[in-house]
Formats: sequence, structure tokens, C-alpha cells
Amino acid sequence: MRSLFRFLVRNYFLMMFLVLEAISLVLMISFNNYQRVTFFNSSNNIVGTVYEKFSNMDDYFSLGRTNARLAAENASLHKQLQSRIMNQEKYPINRPDTVDAPAYIFTSAKVISNSVNKQFNYISLNKGSRQGIKPDMGIISPEGVVGVITNVSANYSTGLSLLNKRFSIPAKITKNNYFGALVWDGEHYNTADLKEIPFHIIVNVGDTVVTSGYSTIFPEGIMIGTIKKFDVESGTNFYNIKVELSTNFKTLKYVEVVQNTKHAELIKLQSNNVGE
Amino acid sequence: MIKDFGKYIIMFVVLVLAQVLILNNIQFSGLINPYIYILFILLLPFTIPGYLLLGLSFLLGISIDIFTNTPGIHAGATVLLGFMRPGIAQLISSREIIEKGNTPNITQLGFASFLKYTVLSVLVHHLFLFYAEAFSFGGFFETLLRCTLSSIFSIVIILASQFIIFKN
Repeated sequence: MRSLFRFLVRNYFLMMFLVLEAISLVLMISFNNYQRVTFFNSSNNIVGTVYEKFSNMDDYFSLGRTNARLAAENASLHKQLQSRIMNQEKYPINRPDTVDAPAYIFTSAKVISNSVNKQFNYISLNKGSRQGIKPDMGIISPEGVVGVITNVSANYSTGLSLLNKRFSIPAKITKNNYFGALVWDGEHYNTADLKEIPFHIIVNVGDTVVTSGYSTIFPEGIMIGTIKKFDVESGTNFYNIKVELSTNFKTLKYVEVVQNTKHAELIKLQSNNVGE
Repeated sequence: MIKDFGKYIIMFVVLVLAQVLILNNIQFSGLINPYIYILFILLLPFTIPGYLLLGLSFLLGISIDIFTNTPGIHAGATVLLGFMRPGIAQLISSREIIEKGNTPNITQLGFASFLKYTVLSVLVHHLFLFYAEAFSFGGFFETLLRCTLSSIFSIVIILASQFIIFKN
């Protein structure tokens, strides 16, 4: 026992190194299995505050770009409103909608930290549980899909960016409604791979890819991007499709968090199928 | 001694903030991300006791991890660097300089030795970091490319910072 103790003391530098390295490895591996490590992430309050302070300062340099984006979104909303009004004039049936609560609720939030150059990129927002944000809500921008919330503190939330190799969303090609899974390729911040599209259907460069509505997170038809190029890998039945993402992750400033008010109901219903 | 203590605390905070707020936002082509916070470990005095060297390395790594949502990856890399540092120091400079209790900065070591010291340290740290981040040896060469490009930028920035601070 004493000689063991002496050995440990003599080699404490090596021992301490091994222990600390083991702690790091455990953190790394447990994180890989299950991402919701609650303490070590930037939704915690101190880190959130630091990021927000810096982001406030940084905002002044992008006011012009943000304005242009808001104006563009206003214009497209006006256009939609106009066509609604015209439809109502054509079919003037006044039917108050009492059965259906709105299926999706949108909350605007500001991006306080974001990255594009890692293999697993994350995004932090300046709203948290006090503002009604919960895990598993979608994040979208006027340009398209951004990511999904995973961790929430009182005033901040963090989530997986679409540019995260652990994140995949059901997507479909608008033209023919075929759906597949969209995952980031880990290479460039404006391209992702669309998988599981069988090669007997016809696709073209420039086809629009949107969310399929099969996920409980995003509403149907939110823009993801357009097909940039595609080919068929020999020996498989599926296309290799590269999608050019419509969201510019490098200049992201303001986003909306989407809450599906029927999320819990749907999950419960779908879980009934599992046992059968 | 107390004065040095304060100096290192300030350096720690400044380097962590500079890393997470500025350098992590520098993105040339999505491939390059320089990590210069390890300058803190490089500049610790030669005579620092081993437990303090490893402890501070771990603390530094975990601080960066919390900001970047990468538990364990930076901590693993900095602890490895802390462990290798005495060996690297012996490799690049004479026993006298180390035993005199100097800090390994550019004026004490001279440019050539400091360059060797920086290059070796950055490589140890970055190789571990980039392969741990990819978490596989699949895409070996792509990861190597990312690692090499980022290392070059880290080394240049670390050397430049030394020239600015120790100009006089």
C-alpha cells in the first residue's frame, strides 16, 4: 500500500494528466451519445450575458443589412395579405374559426452567438423559458430554416444549427412532393445533402426544397434551399443531391422561433403506434 | 509574485474573451479557425509546479468549451498540451534558461527558439483538437487540411502578438 502511494506521489504529474484527460474524454463521449448536457453549454446565464453584450455592440455594423431584410419580408407579407383579401371578396363567407387554435406560434428572437466553421455548429438566442421558449421548437429566418432549440435557461436558449452533422430534417422537393432527409455535409456553410430520394424520379438543378411537414417541429413548406447539383452513386438506388441553402448563416441576426401548439398531442398519438 | 498572479488572471480572461468573441467569428472559407488562447499556457513560467500547470490547462480548456458547446474537446487538447509542455521546453532551450525561472517569451528565448516552441505546442494542441472534433479518422486528409491551415494562422497570430507586446 505504501509503495503504491509512493509511486503515485512520484508520478503525480502523469497521474494527474491521465485523470484530467479521462474526465475530458468522458465529457466528450457522453456528449456524443446524448447532447443535452445541461451545465456545459452556452444557454447558461453568465455565458449568455457575455454573448448578448457583445452582440449588442456588433449590431450597429449590420443595421443596413437588417433593414433591407425586414423590408423584403414586409413586402412579401403584404403580397400574401393582398391575395387573402381578394379571396375573401370572392367568397365572402364569414366563418369564425373557433375550433382550431392557431397551430403555430411565432416568437421573434435575436441571435447572440452562431458559428459556421465547426463540424457541429450551435446557435444561441436571447429568449428563454420566460418568453415561452421550450426545447424542440424550430428556428426559422425570413430566408428559411435555421435550426432547432435544444437547451433553455430563463432568458437564453441554445440549439443545433442546421449546420450540425447531428441534425437532420424531413424535406421534400416542391415540384413532385417526394421527401427525404436533409443533413449537413460538414463541408461548406451554404450546402447540405438531401438523402433518400429514389433515382427513378426526375429532379432538376434549381428545384426548390422545403420542409415536408412530417416533422412535428416545422410547419410545412418552409424554404430550405434549391438543388445545386446531383448524381447517382453506383450501386445505390438513391440520388446524391447537394442543396444550396437559402439561409445565409454567416449574416444571421434575427430569427423566429416556431412553436407547434399541437406538438404534444401529435407525439402522444404517434407513440401509440410504436407498441403495435 | 502577487503582481504576476494578477497579470495571469487578466491574461486568462482577455484571451478567453478574445477567442470566443473575435477569433471564433473569423471564418475564411469555413476551414480556418485560429485558436490563440493557448498562448496562456505557453507563457506560464518554466518553474511552475506540475499540478498548477495541468490544473490551469484544464480550467482554460473547459472555459472555452462552455462558450463553444464542445464539452471536453478543448479541455482534452489543453491538458495534453500542459502535459507535453515541460518536454517541449527541454527540447528547445538549454537547462540554464529553464532553471533560472524565466517566462518563455520571445525576448527571453530569442526568435528561433520561441518559433520552435510555438510551432510544436500549436501542432500538439490543434491535432488533438481537430481530430477530437471530427471524432473519427474518416475524412483523415480533410481534417488534416483544416488543422494545418488553422495551425498556420494560430502560429502567425501568436508570434505577431509577441512582437506587439515585447516590442520595446
